[in-house]
Amino acid sequence: MTTRQGTDSNVVLVNQEFDVVGTRPIRHDGADKVTGRARYGADFQTADLLYGKVLRSPHAHARIKSIDTSRAEALEGVRAVATSSDFPNTYAERTSRRYQSNNILAGDKALYVGHAIAAVAAVNDHVAEEAIALIEVDYEVLPPVTSAPQGMAPNATVLHEEMRTDESGTQGTEPSNVATHLQQVLGDIDEGFRDANFIIEKDFDTATVHQGYIEPQNSAAFWNNDGRVHVWTSTQGAFPVRTSLSQILAIPVSKIRVTPMEIGGGFGGKIPIYLEPVAAVLSKKTGRPVKMQMSRKEVFEGTGPTPGSHIKIKMGATRDGKIVAAQAHMAYEAGAFPGSPVAAGATGIFACYNIPNVLIDGYDVVVNKPKTAAYRAPGATNAGFAAETVVDMLAEKVGMDPLDFRMLNSSREGTRRADGTPFGVVGSTEVLDAMKSHPHYTSRLEGPYRGRGVAIGFWRNIGWKSACSISVNHDGTINLLSGSTDIGGTRASVAMQAAEVLCIPAEDVNPTVVDTDSIGYTELTGGSRTTFSTGWAAHEAAIDVVNEMIRRAAMMWDIEPENIEFVKGVFRSKSDPELSMTFKELARNSRDTGGGIVGQSSVDPKGVGVSFAGAIADVEVDPETGKVTVLRFTCVQDVGKAVHPSYVEGQMQGGSVQGIGWGINEEYYMNPEGGMDNFTLLDYRMPTSLDLPMIDTVIVEVANPGHPYGVRGVGEASIISPPAAIANAIYDAMGVRMENLPMNPPAVLAALGNGNSGS
Amino acid sequence: MATVFIPSLMRTLSGGKDRVEIEGATVRQIVKNLDEMFPGIQNRLMENGRLKPIFSVAVDGEVSQLGALEKVREDSEVHFLNAIAGG
Repeated sequence: MTTRQGTDSNVVLVNQEFDVVGTRPIRHDGADKVTGRARYGADFQTADLLYGKVLRSPHAHARIKSIDTSRAEALEGVRAVATSSDFPNTYAERTSRRYQSNNILAGDKALYVGHAIAAVAAVNDHVAEEAIALIEVDYEVLPPVTSAPQGMAPNATVLHEEMRTDESGTQGTEPSNVATHLQQVLGDIDEGFRDANFIIEKDFDTATVHQGYIEPQNSAAFWNNDGRVHVWTSTQGAFPVRTSLSQILAIPVSKIRVTPMEIGGGFGGKIPIYLEPVAAVLSKKTGRPVKMQMSRKEVFEGTGPTPGSHIKIKMGATRDGKIVAAQAHMAYEAGAFPGSPVAAGATGIFACYNIPNVLIDGYDVVVNKPKTAAYRAPGATNAGFAAETVVDMLAEKVGMDPLDFRMLNSSREGTRRADGTPFGVVGSTEVLDAMKSHPHYTSRLEGPYRGRGVAIGFWRNIGWKSACSISVNHDGTINLLSGSTDIGGTRASVAMQAAEVLCIPAEDVNPTVVDTDSIGYTELTGGSRTTFSTGWAAHEAAIDVVNEMIRRAAMMWDIEPENIEFVKGVFRSKSDPELSMTFKELARNSRDTGGGIVGQSSVDPKGVGVSFAGAIADVEVDPETGKVTVLRFTCVQDVGKAVHPSYVEGQMQGGSVQGIGWGINEEYYMNPEGGMDNFTLLDYRMPTSLDLPMIDTVIVEVANPGHPYGVRGVGEASIISPPAAIANAIYDAMGVRMENLPMNPPAVLAALGNGNSGS
Repeated sequence: MATVFIPSLMRTLSGGKDRVEIEGATVRQIVKNLDEMFPGIQNRLMENGRLKPIFSVAVDGEVSQLGALEKVREDSEVHFLNAIAGG
């Protein structure tokens, strides 16, 4: 690996130069996107289309005593009504399957405001809407559980009578709202605190927030007479949708075809399914295709946000600045059914640091809110806010610069995380170095009520399965098929990795995202995996193409394939310099050498590279209103190798902006009855470009040795540190420690009134 | 022999030991042998011959997608982790 200043001003380390990887070609889907020709779910049209609508619960917690659909069914224009009784009950012994199904359409209980109760298919949206108002539901209203601590309290109302707390594979004996208790232990926590000269202990609460994708959930389905179901949907993963549909509808995957439409944002929120099985059963009942779309209110109330949480941190450091003990109690809201990202939060909460003694207890707690879904580094932002605030406080106690303190304690290759696993090659110290030397950090910040804060975050990333197919056109271009939804420019980043192997320009690749009948099994676009894994699949499929073309050349030249090499886009004999053909020339001859040339791959790669990202934030606090304005913001991230630096910058900026919104504005504002009061984008305050400065990015490249091009996942880590960086900046400005998210004007005013110095 | 780290909430079964050295060429064999040493641990970790969905296994620091089928070397480290995904 060489280390030097890159060609781009924001690339501080470059591992290796490539011809295509690392360049910035125009995105392949750009013309369709900017001209409005790209087809999203809402654009779906076909003959005989019916329109579906969902009736949702007005109560956060209620027993469903009866549902009378007769008046709705009698309305002119209504073609079918569906309830959970239309789903086959084949999962009596599989509680998790029943939970999955009951989140789509409620079983015997409504568990959150917005929980789907019944659905209607009608000749148009207006009739469908009128019909759902005619469905009569007899509820027995029950008291709601609205937070994790409330759900964990003795004598708390229990959401699921059959639920017992799982502790590493063994179940408790009493009904509980705690679905899972997990624990991670390293060293001896008591000994660690005995060695500490300074100990900080602090509680944090974070609010429920939504991913805020612009395109609402949508789905269309046609259940054909032959028993095959075709679904068109906006999803992060067509194959996982197929699997979920198979489980809920109790039909084999071979009977289901899922076509992913273009996606208007997901951020984890479009991994679960909601409308797909409902549209399918309505189609089955009517024999016609059914299309459904959510309103923004339905998106907020009926899809998975990321959890609110209560986190208690205790950390100790020696006088010379070494963190010797760290303890966390993490209670995450799962929503109505188990499955919060508390395990991911626990894995990352202290992972930035080499700490010999760690104890982490995590709790997955069901509450009467929508079932949570993943959101960009799920669970890690909550954890990062808490841990990085306490780390900042320790740095102050010790009397060190906050970045020097972090560098002194930084994880490095070989450092064990709290789950016991050691880090491989990581870029943690390189990120801290880049932050420390950045002009943002070295500049002076002047003016009253202004402060600067820093924070860092860790995300594990994932690999998982991907498939890819390449066919070579006679003109020397290629068609590349994959099953990975393109959310953030992965058509380009995947295509570029194939182009690199074949020594052709990225523009000579025509990448297409196809349905589940047209490519091998491919996991979701999430976990920062697509450029890593599907890119790897493209790399492998391209190698397959090269091998086939060598075989064709061998046939043409009447020599052995082993005597042919492919160098810089030219196939040539190793022994006869007269025998050579470019990639394009050989492609032109494919018709006469056996027909079309194709390459395929199916990979499940190891070698996932973790990612570290840091944030530097300057803020100004209005002491009269409590409003926090972000004046300047820099995101620094180790990305391994930036395949398309523009898209990497976009991911870093997008993650930072979402982290800033999470930090200072966004929350589900819940009323005492357990409903959400701010279910529009006017009242659910996400930051716009008018609220923010330019987000400066520094791409750090410490190659991941586990990937052909050194790639690490880049999509998530940047969201983790902004809230903590802003909280630390507020402290720098005003001398008060923020303990809750969001740090909106009322919260900041309250903190200023309390004079919470935090120590 | 591979070094197997015992999840903290299963250490009641291991008499408090946090790691043991154990024979086995795959995770499945490791768990089987572990169960002979600490009866009951196999039921905690596996069902129907597979790791329970709440767990993943890391061999030599790498989270495996093969789960119980993952190969283990003589000098490998094996960790049973809480399964996590991403967004």
